[in-house]
Amino acid sequence: MSDLVSTIIANYNYWIYITLMMIGLYAMIAKNNLVKKIVGMNIFQTAIILFYVSIGAKRGATIPILEHAHNGHGHGAASHMVHAVDYINPLPHVLMLTAIVVAVATLGVALALAIRVYNRYNTLEEDEILAQIREK
Amino acid sequence: MKIIGLIIAVLTGILLIYATVDFPPWADPGSPASTYLSPHYIEKTMEETSVPNIVTAVLADYRGFDTMFETTVIFAAGVACFFILRTFKRKEPEEIFYRHTLTGMTIRVKNSGKVRQDLDEFERIDAMWTPHYLIVKTVARLLVPFIQLFGLYVIAHGHHSPGGGFQGGVILGASIILLAISHDMRTALGRMREKTTALLCTTGVLIYAGAGALCLLLGLNFLDYGALASILYTDPVTARSHGILIVEIGVGLAVMSAMIWIYSNVSSGGKYDEGL
Repeated sequence: MSDLVSTIIANYNYWIYITLMMIGLYAMIAKNNLVKKIVGMNIFQTAIILFYVSIGAKRGATIPILEHAHNGHGHGAASHMVHAVDYINPLPHVLMLTAIVVAVATLGVALALAIRVYNRYNTLEEDEILAQIREK
Repeated sequence: MKIIGLIIAVLTGILLIYATVDFPPWADPGSPASTYLSPHYIEKTMEETSVPNIVTAVLADYRGFDTMFETTVIFAAGVACFFILRTFKRKEPEEIFYRHTLTGMTIRVKNSGKVRQDLDEFERIDAMWTPHYLIVKTVARLLVPFIQLFGLYVIAHGHHSPGGGFQGGVILGASIILLAISHDMRTALGRMREKTTALLCTTGVLIYAGAGALCLLLGLNFLDYGALASILYTDPVTARSHGILIVEIGVGLAVMSAMIWIYSNVSSGGKYDEGL
């Protein structure tokens, strides 16, 4: 029992991200409105960003910017003092930095397509669009 | 469809939660993610690139190729919005609305007629016009230069503090978008026209790819900034730091103009006359 509790305490943040991710997935599958699908896609992306950033965390470490890096002169003696334990993992941050901007870009393209669909069919509801396509 | 979607989402969620049992505990310094590659980045970044901000160094140097194509994705998104939405020909007869500023009366001019430009009493307004509040307009206009200054700082200081091309570019783009929201789209387009935006977007990608190609010409690998040492008159390690700055400027330009490009296309539906 205490084993289960410790597992939950160690991993509950991943569960939150998975819940968020599934909310996004459900919205993308089941929602009828195209804009709601796009919102679901953004929730999904945000959950993945949170997940990656949480992987990069280290207890007792600080942000990955070296302190006192230019003590003395530039690279050299000072850099031998750097220990990996003192700084969090920079790699997930790099990946998510680009992912945030790409998320905005995909959002833009998705909204542009939604505008085109609206201009053509005068609706954003998926079933009405499908009905109009079938009529032709 | 809703039931199937719910079942799929719940099943996937249960499978993923089952997988987290094997995950290392949160914030464990000994977790696999932080024991293989990241210690090398943390310990060697300073002597290999002389950039204290490890995120910037990894972004623009160690993973430079990845970031180049991320920038290309942003550029492609801007171009995609342009090609999906932009319309040059108008089908319906044009209606332009003007407001007489002294009395607040609105007049509608049809069929591409126009009120003379030199009449100061008339200002052009959007079809969905609502009164602008003077305070909002003035504060937004006064804030724009400071936002842009901060954006430039974030790009240029990305080596030493949180920041870099992506963040600074988004801030710069937000300053123009703020202008478009607080005034109207024509004011923002007067500051930065569509052609300028498109040119800056391509220039940003060109600067990035060009910095890589320059390294290739100087005899090292693509995006190996150490090659720039011979033309910058510095040692190869400092040249990497300068190369990262060059690339970040390219990213900043591309991201800024892509944000403005996407915003103006999406908010005006490709007509570029009236936006939010």
